[in-house]
Amino acid sequence: MGAGRLYAAVAAGGFRRYATYRAATAAGVFTNTVFGLILVYTYLALWDVRPHLGGYDRGQAVTYVWLGQAFLSTLAIGGGGVEDELLERIRTGDIAIDLYRPADLQLWWLAADLGRALFQLLGRGVVPFVFGALFFPVALPTDALTWTAFLGAVLLAMLVSFGIRFLVALSAFWLMDGTGVVQMAWLGGIFCSGMLLPLNVFPGALGEVVRALPWSSLLQAPADVLLGRAAPPGTYAFQGAWAVALLAAGRLVQTAATRRVVVQGG
Amino acid sequence: MAEITEPASSASASAASSEAAAPASGSRLAEGLRAYRLIAGMWLRSTMAYRASFIMTTFGNFAVTALDFVAILLMFSRVDALGGYTLPEIAFLYGLSSTSFGLADLAIGSMDRLGRRVRDGTLDTLLVRPAPVLAQVAADRFALRRLGRVTQGMLVLGYALLALDHLHWTALKVLLMPVMLLSGCGIFCAVFVAGAAFQFVAQDASEVQNAFTYGGATLLQYPPTVFGRELVRGVTFVLPLAFVNWLPASYVLGRPFPLGLPGWTAFASPLVAVGCCALAGLAWRVGLRSYRSTGS
Repeated sequence: MGAGRLYAAVAAGGFRRYATYRAATAAGVFTNTVFGLILVYTYLALWDVRPHLGGYDRGQAVTYVWLGQAFLSTLAIGGGGVEDELLERIRTGDIAIDLYRPADLQLWWLAADLGRALFQLLGRGVVPFVFGALFFPVALPTDALTWTAFLGAVLLAMLVSFGIRFLVALSAFWLMDGTGVVQMAWLGGIFCSGMLLPLNVFPGALGEVVRALPWSSLLQAPADVLLGRAAPPGTYAFQGAWAVALLAAGRLVQTAATRRVVVQGG
Repeated sequence: MAEITEPASSASASAASSEAAAPASGSRLAEGLRAYRLIAGMWLRSTMAYRASFIMTTFGNFAVTALDFVAILLMFSRVDALGGYTLPEIAFLYGLSSTSFGLADLAIGSMDRLGRRVRDGTLDTLLVRPAPVLAQVAADRFALRRLGRVTQGMLVLGYALLALDHLHWTALKVLLMPVMLLSGCGIFCAVFVAGAAFQFVAQDASEVQNAFTYGGATLLQYPPTVFGRELVRGVTFVLPLAFVNWLPASYVLGRPFPLGLPGWTAFASPLVAVGCCALAGLAWRVGLRSYRSTGS
């Protein structure tokens, strides 16, 4: 089996694995829709007072809310990606089995996570977004080019998201129990990705800082491409740079970590 | 195992079962509370074996809920009022919602694990124990770290009370404060129990419950003027979350009541809480009786 086919099979497995739990997916869709509904009203109240806050008009703000709900599980901003399982395997020592597989650890988990993300986007993301588009005044582009550019930004967002979570999971090689790190990463992710409020609404220097961090590649970058507020080349460069940096860091840490693995005999 | 309903009605429950020996409903309640206390105490001791972990997870719980308030602060860095409410007024709503939800979450928040127990069959273990199943499920994995949420809510409430200096306090308003928190806790407990009852049917769909528990608590952090009329109607008449804080807080803050409801509704919260708990208890009973073990 060629390397490409191997990772494609792993990705397909990741997709199928999450697609199996239909009731759970339906429940997730419902919950995302309810949260979107609550958020959209608070955003509308905010934009009623300040009509052009952060450079968005009302329709763009509403679109942003429903994009956020569509991306929450896709990009595992609220946790729930493959990192939980990877952490557990490092803690229990099962990681040793992964390491003697004739496949690269990082690529293996990246493929599994991309499969998962693709399913979450289609299975959990599309329905709340369509609900929002039907019942609220959204601002969506009409040309196919912007939509294609948007999908490119989503793919890069998936890479950056995995890059962050892979590093978080690998910390378990040193900390053994990664619960605390996962929680911190989760908090940081929700705050810095713009799940609370679009990053262009953040005030002053705080806004400058969060817009430069990798988390702004997750929700803010694809949203700005879709809403026509950012040119795709610049956005791609920003996201791509973070993806390369994070994945390279992940590779370095992986090399250091695998030297530490001691398989307990018995 | 062909069919399991409740230990008391199951033939396998021995005569030694204290449940069979306790016919009066009053003593059944006492028995449930005792079982709850014992199980929760056990989990408490197990938590305290790992103090550092306890402190970190409590802080995490505190910080996760604090994010919601950070979002509100960020909004108020750009505006002076939201839906016509000022920051201290929204902090008042937020504090009431978070504290009462936090208390309910602390008491019986683990009930959302019921679906998992149904799926992996461990619910059967609870059914053969001589203690009310509801008490066992409620106390299961009792997590003191959830004090983080309560603390966060109370801090915001404290800030709101200090910042609302123009408010004219009367004895009735002061009395309404603890009544609001307890009734709110009761209403949220009912939502947790009803959600768990639903999981007997839904199993995998346990996440639906989050929309009503966490979603409800988030909704109540904002003033009713923000939301669409239909949504406000829904959380007043269908799922009466409005009685947790919107209605009583409107009285305390001297604001017009949502949907033009009469003033006495501010004092109806305890009755609504009792009614909700009764209905949730009924739903739980129906759910438990409909439970069929997977067998093996």
